[in-house]
Amino acid sequence: MVAALTRVFGLHNLELAEDVVQDAFCRALEVWKLRGLPENPSAWLMKTARNRALDVLRRERTARTFAPEYGRLLETEWTLANAVQEVFDSTDVRDDQLRMMFSCCHSELPETAQVMLVLSLVGGFGVRETAAAFVSSHAAVEKRLTRAKKTLKESGLLFDIADEADFAQRLPAVQRALYLVFSEGYHGASARAVVRADLCNEAIRLTLLLAKHPLAARPSTHALLALMYLDAARLPARLDPAGNLMTLLDQDRSRWDRGMIVDGVRWLERSATGSEISRYHVEAAIAAVHARAQTIGETDWGEIVSHYDRLLAIAPSPIVALNRAIAIAQRDGPIRGLEAIDSIAKREVLDGYPFYHAARGELELRRANGAKAREHFHAAIAAARNAEERRFYESRLAACEAGTAEAAPLRRTARG
Amino acid sequence: MADYLFLYRGGQRGNSPEEGEQIMQKWMNWFKDLGASGNLKDGGQPLEDEGKVVSSKGGPVTDGPYAEAKDLVGGYTLIEAGSLDRAAELARGCPILERGGRVEVRPIMKMDM
Repeated sequence: MVAALTRVFGLHNLELAEDVVQDAFCRALEVWKLRGLPENPSAWLMKTARNRALDVLRRERTARTFAPEYGRLLETEWTLANAVQEVFDSTDVRDDQLRMMFSCCHSELPETAQVMLVLSLVGGFGVRETAAAFVSSHAAVEKRLTRAKKTLKESGLLFDIADEADFAQRLPAVQRALYLVFSEGYHGASARAVVRADLCNEAIRLTLLLAKHPLAARPSTHALLALMYLDAARLPARLDPAGNLMTLLDQDRSRWDRGMIVDGVRWLERSATGSEISRYHVEAAIAAVHARAQTIGETDWGEIVSHYDRLLAIAPSPIVALNRAIAIAQRDGPIRGLEAIDSIAKREVLDGYPFYHAARGELELRRANGAKAREHFHAAIAAARNAEERRFYESRLAACEAGTAEAAPLRRTARG
Repeated sequence: MADYLFLYRGGQRGNSPEEGEQIMQKWMNWFKDLGASGNLKDGGQPLEDEGKVVSSKGGPVTDGPYAEAKDLVGGYTLIEAGSLDRAAELARGCPILERGGRVEVRPIMKMDM
């Protein structure tokens, strides 16, 4: 709704659009508490927001300018109601969300800010939820959002999704933002919860929106969808009933969502056209290898390593290198894995990253180097971001101390 | 370019919400065209049917306006055009004409002191 309203209010009145939507929700709370849920709650909300928008437009007519594209149409009763109704017609809503997403991924904004804006303006996340999605305080997120919105407002017009050249240029940023939203949901840094399916679902919903638009329906978008579906398929098994993190070794694969795997593979097949190989293609391919394996033992680690080789070439980063090292350890044993970790370029970046320490700890444990392993797990616990991570590393630490060098489960880390 | 007033008189309203919507859509399109051609100065407003009539200072205020539908002013719009003829031409596109109404086109007087 914010996206739709911004079309008629204009980007410079972004906060007004947010206020109107906020008001509609507040009113809903009041009225529904008294009179109960209406038959069609979303229609009720839209109608309330629309009427409020009309009030605002009438009242503010002389004080503000609105969207330049509407020009004089908003100034007279002859056309006001009609113009506002047009933006609420469902056929436009999808385009509005796309338009808003693209506007949020403004080149002048840092990536994190882009993602925050997408969550806030398109995903309907409040400040509190956005702060939960990032490792940040309410105040800090609010500040960043305000600054980001200021940049957005000053950019003038909403992104024109009909402009092919502009669209193609900004698409990678939009894909990246959605990828980050998904990642955050799959295994996030939130102190509240490590797995947040709602973020994953939102990312999938918005990426599907993207895939339906002719200009965005590219192999890279399809690959991104494949990746999301294949990884999300594992969500039901990632936490045990007690809420503890489960590794790939331990996951009850019968809880994997077979339907999502089928969909994911379909998207992967669709993405296998053209000459473009994006990082999403490679990551989806890796996810597909895991999805294929009925048990951890059947996993084709060799194939995974070669995919990581490719990924490292396309999108080099210490995190990708770490994941690759873990795959090498699975294929060739802990010593090779540790060698691979030691040769990661810019390793110092990983110091605050719990998975890094945990991986080292795990591999040292596998080669019966208990003392070193304990050291690394302590570092992992120190770097952990939430209770689930801490508990998991503590259990590994306990394994070290018990002297059990069981074929330890090696956690696939979050993406780079 | 000079300013002209369109005074809308008469014209039937829609018989159903759907018809009403269709009529509004036609007004919308006509206004968009006027805006696009640079002739729309002030969209003006539609007027309610009820009102009051003040005829003499200090005298009674009667309920109005005139009951005769064909004379009832339904609203106004201000446009800019090169000539009265041109303004009248622009008025041809008004949807009120399809509904039995008419458009009075009047040049705005420039008062020089």
